[in-house]
Formats: sequence, C-alpha cells, structure tokens
Amino acid sequence: MEAQEHEWILRLADDALVLAQRLSEWCSHGPALEEDIALSNIALDLLGQARAMLTLAGGREGRGRDEDALAYFRTDSEYRNALLVELPNGHFGDTITRQMLFDQFAVLRYDALANQSVDLELSAIASKALKEVRYHAAHSSQWVVRLGDGTEESHQRVQESLNVLWPYTEELFEDDAVSQACAAAGILPLNASFKEVWSSQVQSILSEATLSIPESKALLTGGRNGRHTEHLSYMLAEMQVLQRTYPGAEW
Amino acid sequence: MTQEMDLNQRFEQYIAADQKIEAKDWMPDAYRKTLIRQISQHAHSEIIGMQPEGNWITRAPSLKRKSILLAKVQDEAGHGLYLYSAAETLGISRDEMLDALHTGKAKYSSIFNYPTLTWADMGAVGWLVDGAAIMNQVPLCKCSYGPYARAMVRVCKEESFHQRQGFQIMLTLSQGTAEQKELAQDAFNRWWWPSLMMFGPNDATSKHSEQSMRWKIKRFSNDELRQRFVDMTVPQAELLGLTVPDADLKWNEVTGHYDFGPIDWGEFEQVVAGNGPCNRERIDTRVTAHENGAWVREAATAYAAKSSKRASSQNSAA
Repeated sequence: MEAQEHEWILRLADDALVLAQRLSEWCSHGPALEEDIALSNIALDLLGQARAMLTLAGGREGRGRDEDALAYFRTDSEYRNALLVELPNGHFGDTITRQMLFDQFAVLRYDALANQSVDLELSAIASKALKEVRYHAAHSSQWVVRLGDGTEESHQRVQESLNVLWPYTEELFEDDAVSQACAAAGILPLNASFKEVWSSQVQSILSEATLSIPESKALLTGGRNGRHTEHLSYMLAEMQVLQRTYPGAEW
Repeated sequence: MTQEMDLNQRFEQYIAADQKIEAKDWMPDAYRKTLIRQISQHAHSEIIGMQPEGNWITRAPSLKRKSILLAKVQDEAGHGLYLYSAAETLGISRDEMLDALHTGKAKYSSIFNYPTLTWADMGAVGWLVDGAAIMNQVPLCKCSYGPYARAMVRVCKEESFHQRQGFQIMLTLSQGTAEQKELAQDAFNRWWWPSLMMFGPNDATSKHSEQSMRWKIKRFSNDELRQRFVDMTVPQAELLGLTVPDADLKWNEVTGHYDFGPIDWGEFEQVVAGNGPCNRERIDTRVTAHENGAWVREAATAYAAKSSKRASSQNSAA
C-alpha cells in the first residue's frame, strides 16, 4: 500500500510540476502584461503544490530523497504525469485550452482529496491547493469562452487547440492497480468517478464558448506508467541541466 | 498669459514647499514630458528586464530557487504594470508607450542588453543591478509627482527583497565548490562595470539632470549615487570573497570614499545606441510576443463588445 500511495502522490506532484514548468516558459512572452502575471502566478501555485507533495513523498519513502532529488534526478520514464501537461505550449489558445481541461479536473481531484481523504497530510496540502486551482479554473475557462466566442480567427484557432488536446483528456480518468488500491484505502476516489462532473462542466464551458467537442477515436495515454511523449525528455534536459552538470553542489 | 504665469508660479511654489503635484494639477508641458519619458522608460526597463532573468527560470537549479526567481520576474511585470498606470495619469496610453518601445523610439535601461550566461548571473543581477536600481529609485519615492512617488514606494520594497535574494545566491555560490566560486567571480566581472554605468553619464555630461533636480524629480546627481553604490558594494564583495574587477579601486582616507577607475563610456554609448550584445534580441522577443498576442487581444475586445451588447439588449428587453 505504501508503495502504491507513493506512486500515486508522484502522479499528482508531477502533474503540477510539469505544468508549472511549461507555464513558466511563457514568462515575458504573453499576449499582454496581465497574462504574463497571471500565467506566472499559476505556475508558482502549481510549483508550490508540487514541492509540498514531492517533499511528502520523499519523506515517507525514507530513502533520503527531498523535493529536488525527486525533481532533478528522475528520468523521463520515472515521471508519472499525464501526457496532457507535458505537451509543448503552442500558442496562447493551446496553452489556455490545456489549462482549462486540466484545471477542471484538478478542482475535482483536490476537492475529493481535501474533503474525503483519510490521509490527513495530503488532505491539508489539497485544501490549500483547492483554493488556488479554483482561481486557475475561473481564469482558464473565462479565456476559453473569450477566445471561442471572440473573433472568427480566435474561434478557429481555439477549436483547433481543442481538437488536438481532446484525445489526451481520457488519460486523466484512467484507473489501474495503483488508483484502485488508493481508492480502496480511502485516500482518493477512482479517477473514473470524476469523469461525469468533469464532462458536464467542460461541456458547459465549451458551449458558452461556441466550441464543439471533437469526435476523436485516438486515445493518447501512458504517462502514469512512464511512457511519455517525445517532449518530456527535452523539458527535463533543460530543467535538470545544472543539477546534473554539478552533482552534489548546493545552490 | 497672466493666468499661465499664475499657474506656473503656483506650481513652482508647490515644488519649493515639497508638495506633491497630482495628475489633475496644472504642470508645465516640459515637466509632463520629462515625467512621461522617465516613467515610461522605467516601465520598459521592468518589462525588458524580465527577459534576462526569465532566461533562467526553466533551468533554475532547485525548486526553491525556481519559485523565488519566478516570483521575482512576476514582480517585475507588476512593476511595469503600475508604472505604465502612473504614466497614463499624464495623458499617454499604454499602447502608445509600448509602440514607442517596439519601434525603438523609447529607451530602456541598457543593462538589460547584456546576456545572462550562467546561473551566477541571477545572483549578480539581483545583487548589483537591483542594488544599483534601488540606489536610483529610493529617492524617487520622494519625487515631486505624486503617482510616480507612490508607485515607487511599492517598487522599492520589492526591489530590496530582490537585491537580498541576489546577494544570497552569490553567498551560496561563494561558499560552494571551486566551480561555483568561479561562476560567481565571472558573473561579478561581467556585471560590475555595466552596473556602474546604470547611474548614467558623469554629472558634467548628463543632459537631463539639471532641470530634473530643479523640479525635484531627481534628488541626487548621477555621480553621487554611483559613489554611494560603490561604497556600499565593495565591502559586500569582500564578504563574498570576490575581487572587484578594477585595479584602481582603493579606499581614500581623505574623502572617506572608494576611488575607482575610469568607466568605459565608449561601451556605454555603443550599448545605448543599440549595439550591445542583446539589444536586437530583447526588442525582437518583445515585438514577437506582442505580435503573437494580437489575435488574443482582438478576441478579448470582440468578446467584451459582444457581452456588453448582449447585456444592454437584455436590459432593454426587461
């Protein structure tokens, strides 16, 4: 059980860490100063969540790994994030659509963790995170609506973003031995249990945005087991460069 | 004519009595223009300044350092935002100011045209560049134009935190491995002289200084502030075990200040003229971000127009 919960916390932490890393790439490239501030703020929140969970996971593991050991010295195949969050940023519409799809999920997951989990330490982290991701969800959904129902160009662009990203959403709701064990232990409900509410909320945002859910048969998955896209390895090469170049140094 | 003389007299009296000039007060055109130039330049510097530091966010060597750096760069965007707002009180729009930046009509601090080559540059920039900025900016909290003075109070609080975090990075490096010490010294060598140039030309050749001092926009001369910075920083460098890259630097018993070698004003002029190592990249990055964001801003405007139309038609139906 401990091993399974460890694995499960890493999934949660890596979702936050990898998305924070992606969002931080936007710094000084945003469409307006306000968005530079908003995206870096969201990145900071996610980074804070990741650090809290990595610290918890590392501490419980008892192998002397702190947040940095886990962030900087795992390879891409040891990362457990969903593929959705590691995809390159694309244009602002791609980033904000990904963010909306993820934020809606993150709110449900943290809500369950904060209010139902028997793991009180995790639940405390989730309570704080929940307040943050609710803001993120408001921000990203408002932007999806603005872009979808903005100009013809923005509508087309963001519909295309949705078409590309949609096949990655199914992975969020997959369950396996790890999530089943954690659900049975009362740590967190099955991922599948979030699907219905998520779908109806996303549907309502998309219809306000005059966007339609693409018909996709593709099922892009594998991140939870360490089978990632080609993109993650590059991201980690950049992120980990100093720690790996000067092993053992304090920064 | 008489009325204008009265207004001008009242303005001068305000300045003399250290009263704040507010947005709606009468002010001489030249005062307004000087402030727009200075505040917008300052805002542009914050925005362009995000780039050299943003350069290391994705490669920060620990998650804690990444958080701090991200927060710092975000602060800079915030400074830009409220400085643009302060300038807007003088009757210029943010779009006009950005356009001036993008077309090269407006300047920003030349220091940001130098590259950040290693992680140690995050230390050196915070310690030296933000340190020099604070020297320049603290007196602005008392400048005669109210909205600028108030914006600067907040800016300075945050800058002082930035400066300390930069010093802290340098301290960690200087107590680290031999390679880390080398990184720290190398960054210090590269940033020391450009930091001294941040205070602007020598007093004898500074073209805007005299009038600005009279208007109490500027409170101390370039050379005074530069000397203060050197006097403050040299002991800090000693504490870090770093060597100031200036063979002429020595303590002067008579003046009670450090004497330092001549500044290469030729280099300064080259960078100001657009020929520094990163001038083109900094502006290109800014312009590209702005152009790539055009469709997003248009969409937001179009959506806002649709929403208010829908709201008003709902109101009239009710």
